Amino acid sequence: MTELLAVQDLRLTYDAREVLRALTVEVRRGEVVALMGLSGAGKTSALRAVAALQRFDGGRIVVDGFALEPGPVPPESRLKPLRRRVGLVFQGLALFEHLTALENVTLALTHVLGRRRAEAEDAALRLLTSLHVGGRAGALPRHLSGGEAQRVAIARALAPDPALLLMDEPTAALDPARRGSLGQTLRRLASDGRGLLIATHDAEFARAHADRVAILADGVVVEAGAAAEVLDRPGHAATRALFEGGDGSGG
Amino acid sequence: MLTLGCVAPGLLLAAWLGAQGGPHAMLRWGGDAEGGAPFVEADPADASRVRGFDVEVAETIARGLGREARFIQVQWSSIDQSVERGDFAIGLSGMEDTPTRRARHAVTVPYFEFREILAVRPEDRDRFGSLRDLRGRRVATLGATVAYDILVAARDSLGLVPVSYDDDVHPYSDLVAGRVDAVLLDHIIAHRAQRRTGGFVVQPEPVAVGRYVGVLARADSALRDSVNVVLRTAMRDGTLERILRRWNVWDERQGALFGRVLGAGGAERAGGTGVGAGAGAGRGPLTVGAYLPSLGRAAVITAAVSALSMAVAVVVGLFVAAGRVYGSAPARALMTVYVEVVRGTPVLLQLFVLYYGLSSVVRLPAFLAAVLGLGLNYAAYEAEVYRGALQAVSRTQLEAARTLGFSEAQILRLVRAPQALRYALAPMTNDFVALLKDSSLVSVLTVVELTKQTAIYATNVGSWIVPGMLCAVVYLAMSLPLARLARLLERRWSAA
Repeated sequence: MTELLAVQDLRLTYDAREVLRALTVEVRRGEVVALMGLSGAGKTSALRAVAALQRFDGGRIVVDGFALEPGPVPPESRLKPLRRRVGLVFQGLALFEHLTALENVTLALTHVLGRRRAEAEDAALRLLTSLHVGGRAGALPRHLSGGEAQRVAIARALAPDPALLLMDEPTAALDPARRGSLGQTLRRLASDGRGLLIATHDAEFARAHADRVAILADGVVVEAGAAAEVLDRPGHAATRALFEGGDGSGG
Repeated sequence: MLTLGCVAPGLLLAAWLGAQGGPHAMLRWGGDAEGGAPFVEADPADASRVRGFDVEVAETIARGLGREARFIQVQWSSIDQSVERGDFAIGLSGMEDTPTRRARHAVTVPYFEFREILAVRPEDRDRFGSLRDLRGRRVATLGATVAYDILVAARDSLGLVPVSYDDDVHPYSDLVAGRVDAVLLDHIIAHRAQRRTGGFVVQPEPVAVGRYVGVLARADSALRDSVNVVLRTAMRDGTLERILRRWNVWDERQGALFGRVLGAGGAERAGGTGVGAGAGAGRGPLTVGAYLPSLGRAAVITAAVSALSMAVAVVVGLFVAAGRVYGSAPARALMTVYVEVVRGTPVLLQLFVLYYGLSSVVRLPAFLAAVLGLGLNYAAYEAEVYRGALQAVSRTQLEAARTLGFSEAQILRLVRAPQALRYALAPMTNDFVALLKDSSLVSVLTVVELTKQTAIYATNVGSWIVPGMLCAVVYLAMSLPLARLARLLERRWSAA
């Protein structure tokens, strides 16, 4: 198989509520996939299950040969291969507030991968520069703008060089001008051979920058395919609801 | 009409005189029933009444003055201050005749002569015969007494260690328990303790001799003179001897004292047998300059108790907080019980239990008990500060750290603890300021810290004004910089 990520029939209940019934989605290397749906559709839960932050109740998740089975989250010691393969950028970014932008990026390099400090700092600075925030390396998170903080968070997630990058609602806090620049960044990351799974309800952004989309409603993917085809000719009410910006029953 | 006009004002005058006579017909006298028999104690038959030889002396005085005695309960160490405030007319409760008292108050003729005697454990009977044998040893007594003055003087001249208590029971129990090596107190108290608890012997040779007197406000010298007349009459007609015999405190020394008092007339007040010649009494009231060294020592004790208690509180608090945040369900429950029990009971009770309550199991030295007691108490508060601080670090940051591959220990060390520390620093500093002030509580464990030393000084000079201000200045000198630090930290870390 060439899939980097294969999620098959993922079932996930939360306080007796079935958030995901049978989610199936795939991401290949070099591909940007948008997992779309209204608020509450279960997009974030799906990402958290893939990142092994959240238990799930059925189905199967395989990341580059590493399989997660239903049940409680395994202990960290057994998740090491997964941690190297998957990076996650939280919607709230969750930068380490007491560390500078550079330290946010180097921390995993020195303490998880055991790189020497100088080497880690070089790599982190290169990464920040490639994301156009090299000049803010010494700033604390609370002094960064929303866009800068997001780039630092992406750099932090990319530092261990994961093949799969997950992003939760990356456009939520960005103005339209910055969305375009974020989109270009994501395309570049995909072209480097990574796979990206983006949870978003921003149809415009997905139409412009994703290769494929999967529309999530009532716990299953109701429509999937090339971004242009699905979004230009929506076949399902849930897809149309994304354009209306209304809060139709998303799940 | 005319008659009526004369009678009515006359009746009014009589009524007014009667009203004035009301308080005068009552002799309010102050004593401390906590001091117990044979001085003043609650009557076992009727706890609202008191009995004891001081009670009967008071009643004799009142009768002699044509008044009715009325007892006012007042803490023994506050009797001097209270009589000057006018809370009562005369203080009678084993009040010692001291130069300070004579200088500051109107003092009656002595009505009882006591001996300051040394109590030691039976095995030390031959070793510790006098204060001279007690170099480097801990000798206990009641604070603010002649005996305490003698011990303080002996600290400088003989190198013994005075230990001051707030009551006259625990010096003896601590003697038996081995926390102190001797107790110096009035023979009446020593003999009572011997009957009550036992386990020690008293040395036959008195260290000093003193006398009990009645204490009146300085301005009340006229009343004092009347009281002296009554006391002399009671000595002459055998009333006083009968009272002292009834309470089993009569001995031939009292007859000699009465003879001197009756023979010397007014002269007894000025001269007579001073208390413990050469043993430190006879000094005048302390001046501020003479007090400063002991204030400095006490301030060091306060600082040391506070700093060490805080260290205990931080270490134990971290442990408890970690248990509450990371522990298993039983560990969490255990830590919660600890926090709630410690926070829900008075620290004074905890100190008593630790020092006196557990003394049959583990005999902690006073200083260690003070540090442990305060430390373990504050640990509960620190634990809550740390728990709150740990939980204030956002969960998503911890999850972000997990996705990067950090172990739980690394997450705590690299992400959670450093940020929690910033949240905790300002409250911790505030707690330290509170602890600094609460350290005054450990005086109940015989640790003479700043507040206790100030109380002793205040009793000595008969005023709280100068000692109180000095004490406040020292506390502020320690707490204000800390409070400033807390504000600084708060500003620095809350700048979001």
